[in-house]
Amino acid sequence: MRRYGGAAIPMQQSLAKAPEGIRYLVGNREILEHMERSIPKKPFADDVLDFLNEVSRAVMADPRARQYSDVVTFAFWIRKGSTSKLREQYIQKDGNIRLGRGVAFHIAPSNVPVNYAYSLVTGLLCGNANVVRIPSKAFPQVEIINNAIQKVLDLDAYRHMQDYICLIRYGREQAINDYLSQICDVRVIWGGDGTIAEIRKSPLKPRAGEITFADRFSIAVIDSGAYMSLADKHRTAEDFYNDTYFSDQNACTSPRIVVWTGSKIAEAKQIFWEELHAVVARKYQFQSIQAVNKLTSAYLLAATHSGITVVPHADNLIVRCVLQTLPEDLMDCKDNSGYFFEYDCADIMELRTLCNDTRCQTVACIGDTEMLKPLLETGVKGIDRVVPVGKTMDFDLVWDGYQLCERMTRILRLS
Amino acid sequence: MSLDNFLSIAPYSLGHEEKEKLLTNRLLEQTTHHREKCPEYARILDAVGFDAAQVTTPADIPFLPVRLFKELSLKSIGDDEIVKTMTSSGTSGQAVSRIYLDRETSSNQQKTMVKIVSDFTGSTRMPMIILDCPSVVKDRKMFSARGAGILGFSIFGSKRIYALNDEMQLDVEGLQEFLEKYSNQPILLFGFTFMVWQHFYQELVRLREQGVVFDLSNGILIHGGGWKKLVNESVSQEEFHRRLQDVCGLHHIHDYYGMVEQTGCIYMQCEYGHLHASIFSDVIMRRPIDFGVCEVGEPGIIQVVSSIPESYPGHSLLTEDEGILLGEDDCPCGRKGKYFKINGRLKNAEIRGCSDTYAAKFG
Repeated sequence: MRRYGGAAIPMQQSLAKAPEGIRYLVGNREILEHMERSIPKKPFADDVLDFLNEVSRAVMADPRARQYSDVVTFAFWIRKGSTSKLREQYIQKDGNIRLGRGVAFHIAPSNVPVNYAYSLVTGLLCGNANVVRIPSKAFPQVEIINNAIQKVLDLDAYRHMQDYICLIRYGREQAINDYLSQICDVRVIWGGDGTIAEIRKSPLKPRAGEITFADRFSIAVIDSGAYMSLADKHRTAEDFYNDTYFSDQNACTSPRIVVWTGSKIAEAKQIFWEELHAVVARKYQFQSIQAVNKLTSAYLLAATHSGITVVPHADNLIVRCVLQTLPEDLMDCKDNSGYFFEYDCADIMELRTLCNDTRCQTVACIGDTEMLKPLLETGVKGIDRVVPVGKTMDFDLVWDGYQLCERMTRILRLS
Repeated sequence: MSLDNFLSIAPYSLGHEEKEKLLTNRLLEQTTHHREKCPEYARILDAVGFDAAQVTTPADIPFLPVRLFKELSLKSIGDDEIVKTMTSSGTSGQAVSRIYLDRETSSNQQKTMVKIVSDFTGSTRMPMIILDCPSVVKDRKMFSARGAGILGFSIFGSKRIYALNDEMQLDVEGLQEFLEKYSNQPILLFGFTFMVWQHFYQELVRLREQGVVFDLSNGILIHGGGWKKLVNESVSQEEFHRRLQDVCGLHHIHDYYGMVEQTGCIYMQCEYGHLHASIFSDVIMRRPIDFGVCEVGEPGIIQVVSSIPESYPGHSLLTEDEGILLGEDDCPCGRKGKYFKINGRLKNAEIRGCSDTYAAKFG
């Protein structure tokens, strides 16, 4: 009467019972309890790529999917064409064997709808069985993706994949964190410092590893000359909107400061913010309290630092604080929902303190990234990636400075 | 100029133009004073490029979000001049506002409040029932919003009794004695809206079931502090009034709007259910999208200005409440000035983002 598929394995020691209080959106209690016995796969195994390709098709077949750009982007990323490229890129041809580590336990952030799905797919691509705590909020995106996964898992051809996926919801029960942390071989914690501290109260097995996505901030560096020569500045505004307002400027990847370089700063600034304003006014769902919050943040910064200019705007959609210098505690003063620091930079090395902060994650750039090289080569503690404006949210298997494939697989050394 | 000019004028006697002129001058004077004395305030005005010469109405004075007083110690006096520190009544774990008072500002708060409240209760003092417990006002240097309200209103009481003991239980015998002694004359009752409901009204309902009935038909109840908790219990203002009248005959009931950041300048509710701005202060409803000034009838974020604060830069504040201006100078009660109503607190933002509230939920 085994509901779960996979090969028959002789009975080992008895399995711990999963605690009460877990809601299974995909998978069930039996699958979860047997997950420790799932067989690790090789990274980028053919059946996983085929499975994901089917899921991609199922997602796109859902008429609701088109409304959600994040869902479409995800569906696109898991097509076989895309995952095969990843395989080319990440498979090591050194003669050693690589295998998934076993069970991956993912805690997804509660307010980014699709992040859980990227975490799951990364775990699958690396050959692991995955139990994912998904956002408690009822995002339509979650429903669309989960439906698609379930549909494909119900097909005969992919029934064996059932052992590798449990998507669950639960509240704040430490007993459940404890249980999942005990059965996993790698734990993936999204959701920032607070969540990490909470989940770390639950011990891991001695050999288990952990990937933590801590609180981070990101910055934008724009070469004014390069910006002025862009043909489609409206497109750039849309890109920057996606980097910031699309996630309420509150993702770790959202730039909090715009640093201007080059010789056309004044004219570039004016057009850049005007163009952005037009996009924000059209797209952004503004909440009254955000006006109060951003004013509070701007005044707090101004009250406690000298030389701040709060730039006058016709409305509260964009709040900008221009800085004369870059204070060390700047990022303790950050806010979201369209609140920007702005700094005119004469020498890229002026950014060193800001970027030497381990919390500094992404540099969104317009212009030649070579301009950043002198800064990067000083050995900064921050900056994990430099990407063009518009690409800050693009998921990649190198994330937050981690090679995720390396973290989620094991090497069988053959010499 | 000082507050004395205001104190010689009846609090609801000035029409729009006269009041605006008086208030603009005073607010400008306060703005200049705080810019000189409070460095944080000065830096804020510098950051927005404030120019006093451009000011023609109270709406032109910059406003500070009230939350700044939770994050910063803002004062325009030396530490040796502080006679009282008042704190807002934040729920546990929340940061509280800290408001520093010197002798002058503290005394002006009291004088202003007397002028405002007397307009509703008459100037004779009355026996007074405080619907709270005595321990709220024990520390005379540090005041919570509740303590400050009680002390402020106590001045209207000729004789005073606390209705609750420190265990928040109704002192039934003490109350009975008090009411017997002062029967057939007006009695002032004061308390915070939620306390009145939770520890007074509900107790009276319970006592009535046991056959103990209080007659407060001579009472005048003044209550404030907000409806948030009662809204959660689905008690409307109308129901609050009806149920109190039903249980003890109390029918003179005035809500007021006020905050610890502008103590003294309270907004009393008239017989027609409207909150009124006196000459000492004003409300300006602001559009969330651009902080433009709302029309009559248009909901907005409430800005409050007050002629009182000299010891801290709190003369122009942006609250986190939403209200609607109902009119100006033409309330049927005859009082001049703006009258308005409160819709409640602004909704908390729902913000996306990677760093989540998971840990907070564990709490």
